Amino acid sequence: MTIQTIAGPHDYLRAQLRWRWSEIAFWLATLLPFVLAPNYLVLASQVASTALFALSLDLILGFCGIISLGHAAYFGVGAYTAGLLSTWGWGEPLSGLLLAGLAAGFFGYLTSFIIARFRHLALIMITLGLGLLLQEAANSASFITGGFDGLQGIHTWPIFAKFDFDLYGYTAYSYALAVLFLIFLLARRIIHSPFGLALRGIRENAQRMPAIGAPLHSHIRTIYTIAATIAGIAGAVLAQTTETVSLEALGFQRSADVLVMLILGGTGRLYGGLIGAAVYMVARDQFSGLNPQYWYFWIGLLLIGVVMFLPNGILGGLSLLTRRARAAP
Amino acid sequence: MPSVFGVLFDGLAYGMLLFLMSVGLSVTLGMMNFVNLAHCSFAMLGGYVTVTLMNAFGWPFFATLPIAFCAAAATSIILERVFFRRFYNASELNQCLLTIGIVFVSIATAAYIYGTDEEPVHLPAYLQGSISFMGLDFAVYRLFLIATALLITILLVISIESTRFGAQVRAAVNNQRMARGLGIDVDNLFAVTFALGGGLAGLGGALAIAMVGLDPSFALTYLIYVLIVVAVGGLGSIAGTFVAAMLLGVSDMAGKYYVPALGSILIYLVMMVMIMWRPTGLFGRR
Repeated sequence: MTIQTIAGPHDYLRAQLRWRWSEIAFWLATLLPFVLAPNYLVLASQVASTALFALSLDLILGFCGIISLGHAAYFGVGAYTAGLLSTWGWGEPLSGLLLAGLAAGFFGYLTSFIIARFRHLALIMITLGLGLLLQEAANSASFITGGFDGLQGIHTWPIFAKFDFDLYGYTAYSYALAVLFLIFLLARRIIHSPFGLALRGIRENAQRMPAIGAPLHSHIRTIYTIAATIAGIAGAVLAQTTETVSLEALGFQRSADVLVMLILGGTGRLYGGLIGAAVYMVARDQFSGLNPQYWYFWIGLLLIGVVMFLPNGILGGLSLLTRRARAAP
Repeated sequence: MPSVFGVLFDGLAYGMLLFLMSVGLSVTLGMMNFVNLAHCSFAMLGGYVTVTLMNAFGWPFFATLPIAFCAAAATSIILERVFFRRFYNASELNQCLLTIGIVFVSIATAAYIYGTDEEPVHLPAYLQGSISFMGLDFAVYRLFLIATALLITILLVISIESTRFGAQVRAAVNNQRMARGLGIDVDNLFAVTFALGGGLAGLGGALAIAMVGLDPSFALTYLIYVLIVVAVGGLGSIAGTFVAAMLLGVSDMAGKYYVPALGSILIYLVMMVMIMWRPTGLFGRR
């Protein structure tokens, strides 16, 4: 470890920000689907948007300790904003993305005042309640949301009026990957800042943070709003690339799924959500012949197994292995 | 337009069911702070035991109820010994994930064995129909539900308030470390309470299916209601759970009868307002 040789907190943060070879290799590997699996680019674009969603959950859960069972609410707000804009005749993707992020972020900002006041079971119940409330509201307002059938007639215009969304998903994956990468850079910068350190302090001991002068509630509100914005952007990317939005976008199932992905990959590591989303979605695609009921049997077993034997997810297991390998000789 | 009285009556019957299904979770949560999202899987198990014994083996309805209780209690004690006890000191997140994994497995198993359709429930003739009293109609089964649940509540309150076991449970809920210090075997106590709570959930499930139906999604659908009851009522408080269950039962019925367009919005709103007003629940101490 290099921590002993570091002079001060700023040096520590700067050292954290440095790019590692494994990170560069990871991002190069995300380009592989273009060459190796051109038939799976549509799936890859969905993986990218879901990974972005998982990243947004990681920001609040992995770094700030806010357990949310209703995070799909913000995903859904973003997806419906982008979808509705398109059905109302404005299918320009980038401005749609921006507006969807703003809408979800605004909703996140409003709800963050509630979120910041609670912890433990009350917090779990409130996030669950918020998600369910929005789902029921969207269901009741079927004249806007299309109810269970979803929105009809979404059409996304070409990006920069040049790159059309094709059937094979070249544009869709490039678009989703670019958005994912840019927002990942942002998230990485946030996490390795003094603010990011304060968030981890809140995760470890929320009572002690105000004592050392960190404003607890306003920090939670800030990161929650950021996470909601990113979730909304993820929803918008999914809506624009698949050109469908249905109630499923903000259902409890999606909130549970993204939690599973993040746990599978490992929380509090930024990459955990990305890897978890990829593993989960590719596995589900491979087993798509299976009845969804049976798919959840394996997901349930997987959850039990991960919690019992791999409490820090795939990435936690990997880093344990590398540490052991280094310690061995 | 149904009468106010009819809504109240149906709501109370429904609330009794919710109380039976949630009281075990409330006590175990209050005692060990263990978030058991799989609690309604025990209720579902009880429901399936009753349905199977009645439809496939021709057992009378009443004979199946103790079996439903015992099956759910046995399963919950096995799960407690194998899985849950390793997680008492784990984070809430890990507890949630472990138990939601068990919910997924239980739903898939039920779907594999019974299919995803709703199971037919044939009540005995003497529990069907309704009786008139002072110009008001009472469905016999709902009367039976209310009577049964009240009986169980009274038994429960007596055993918690005036037995040695109950005193130990109250001590452990109130202050687990102090109870340990006084020589109470909290681990064992917890296992017994857990089995009792699981068994009550199984009984609640067995009684519920004739009123609300039974399919594999039961474990997730009613989990939300049970969580609402527990969170609103306050952890470890039997009185609080009872009041919250009645409140939820009546307001859910009222919402469904009077403003069906709102769906479950009313319930969720009531819950959120209650939790924001009293984060530790109506009767919660912590």
